[in-house]
Amino acid sequence: MRLADQLRFNWQVFSGNALRTGLLLLAVAIGVASVVMLTSVGEGARRYIDREFSSLGNRLIVVFPGRNETVGGRPPLFGNSPRDLTLDDADALARIPSIGAIAPIIAGTTIISRDNRSREAMVMGSGRGFFAVRQMTVSQGQIFPERANTDALSICVLGAELKHELFGNNRAVGEWVRVGERRMRVTGVLADTGESFGIDMSNLVLIPVKTAEQLFNSPGLFRVIMELKEGADENLAKQRIYQVIRERHDGEDDITIVTQDSMLESFNNILTALTLAIGAIGAISLLVAGILIMNISLISVSQRRAEIGLLKAIGASRNQVRQLFLGESMLLVCLGIVAGIAFAYGAVFLVRQLYPVFPLMPPWWAVPAAAATALAAGLVFSWLPAKRAAGVDPVLAMRGVLQ
Amino acid sequence: MIQLRGLNKTYQMGGQPLHALRDLDMDIQTGEYVSVMGPSGSGKSTLLNMLGLLDRPDSGSYHINGIATEQLVEEQRAALRRDNIGFIFQAFHLIGRLNAFENVELPMVLAGETTRARREAVEHVLQLVGLLDRKHHRPGQLSGGQLQRVAIARAIVMKPRILLADEPTGNLDQSSGRDIVNVLENLNSEGITLVVVTHDGNLGQRAQRRVRMVDGQIVEDERHAPG
Ligand SMILES: Nc1ncnc2c1ncn2[C@@H]1O[C@H](COP(=O)(O)OP(=O)(O)O)[C@@H](O)[C@H]1O
Ligand SMILES: [Mg+2]
Repeated sequence: MRLADQLRFNWQVFSGNALRTGLLLLAVAIGVASVVMLTSVGEGARRYIDREFSSLGNRLIVVFPGRNETVGGRPPLFGNSPRDLTLDDADALARIPSIGAIAPIIAGTTIISRDNRSREAMVMGSGRGFFAVRQMTVSQGQIFPERANTDALSICVLGAELKHELFGNNRAVGEWVRVGERRMRVTGVLADTGESFGIDMSNLVLIPVKTAEQLFNSPGLFRVIMELKEGADENLAKQRIYQVIRERHDGEDDITIVTQDSMLESFNNILTALTLAIGAIGAISLLVAGILIMNISLISVSQRRAEIGLLKAIGASRNQVRQLFLGESMLLVCLGIVAGIAFAYGAVFLVRQLYPVFPLMPPWWAVPAAAATALAAGLVFSWLPAKRAAGVDPVLAMRGVLQ
Repeated sequence: MIQLRGLNKTYQMGGQPLHALRDLDMDIQTGEYVSVMGPSGSGKSTLLNMLGLLDRPDSGSYHINGIATEQLVEEQRAALRRDNIGFIFQAFHLIGRLNAFENVELPMVLAGETTRARREAVEHVLQLVGLLDRKHHRPGQLSGGQLQRVAIARAIVMKPRILLADEPTGNLDQSSGRDIVNVLENLNSEGITLVVVTHDGNLGQRAQRRVRMVDGQIVEDERHAPG
């Protein structure tokens, strides 16, 4: 039997059973569309983060004290407890030519109060560089003066929400607050930019790093955030950072360096894995579609026993009958795939029109993966019905059957 | 051309064996016109299905043109059936969603013939049964006699050498039945081997060779001069 003839034969079956065909088509289309659309969400999230990172405009390097053991490196030497990262270390790092702005950070939580209002808040001690690397600005007042980098000034900049809680709509700049044991003058209020890298900037108190050192009575830095100068090589900069630290830490590079690019890469990895996972969940609906095909095909085979018997009587072999029924399911699945993909792309397009902020987009592999899964499910689940059809005994099938 | 030897077919009916065919021997020559008669349940249809390679005997041998059919695999039997045997059933067995042309064309489609060869052959046989002007009609739009003529066209479109008809007039009124018999006899006069199973004594008497079956056995086998 020629392929074109088989397709025509299958098609005539479909148009004779429009409702049944339509429902099966719908089931396959929904399965394919759900795989494509669900993975679009994952891929969209990945692209979203990608875009957020690149919109930062600057390339950051973050240095943490202590070696991250999982990263590898030499095993710790005997009696060598991890050394603190100090302000002096940060000063030394600042002198690396490829490093631009730098923000050493001491962090902790403490009580902040004004008159009778008080609450716990996250305190970050840093310098002017903090505003540069985090691309923060103030909506009222000023950022830290140059002297805040070196002196333990009693000044602070408040996050927008914190300011609101302590001062309501009153002016905060120039007023005094109590941060821990110490009275400090508010010199600025951060512009509200919401979260940045998981830290809620609007509930933050920023104080000079020296002040924080005294407040928390610890010389150890929480981390140092640096901006890489434009055009500078990231790997070279990392090597220079290790070198500087080794010179200052008796030959030990007991720090961990995280770059924005490596962070982006791990986000990418996580989101790609997530996208695969939700794609697999979507594929379950294809399985359901396959089972539906099997059920309905079994019913159809038993209804068409006389027809199958006749086909055999006029010369169709077992294999031809099997092929005819498998082909019928596969044609249906193919049509369902086309419909599902068309629907999914239509939906993605629509959502993109409605929410242009979120870059919804199917990953490149979504369509081939969904199609392959649908075809495989179709083949597996129509195998049994096709085998049944091939096994129909023509004598029994046509015995006494009136048209 | 057809040689049956010691053919047996048994069905189990409620634990009891039922002999549909019993040690049946028969030879049919090319071009013969054979009628098979006998009471209901005597094994006429079973014999016809054996001849048409639709059924396999429990024991015995069946040769077509010297080919031992019981040694063939299913695919080979299907091909032999497709190329040599045309079936006509009491219940027509046309496919309702296909029109007359498509129904007749089906054996050639299964055989992988080209569209062009198909059109030629189908129009020729539809002309032969007098239904060329109905080729686009679906079975639902045709009368019983027309349906059976479409079925005959389908049975002969592959130019088989043997035509097997199981009660071909059983569902038809007298005049349509006569038409069908005429068509079949014309085909026989052009050389096709014709085996007709029938209840109808008048129809049975028209054949040159009249076989009578009872309980799975041939009890009478008469040859008469044509005419
Ligand atoms: N599949 C079957 N199962 C059980 N008995 C059958 C089957 N096919 C035929 N028979 C029996 O075999 C006998 C012969 O049947 P059949 O050849 O159809 O007779 P006829 O065509 O002469 O009326 C009958 O008694 C029938 O009931
Ligand atoms: Mg019968």
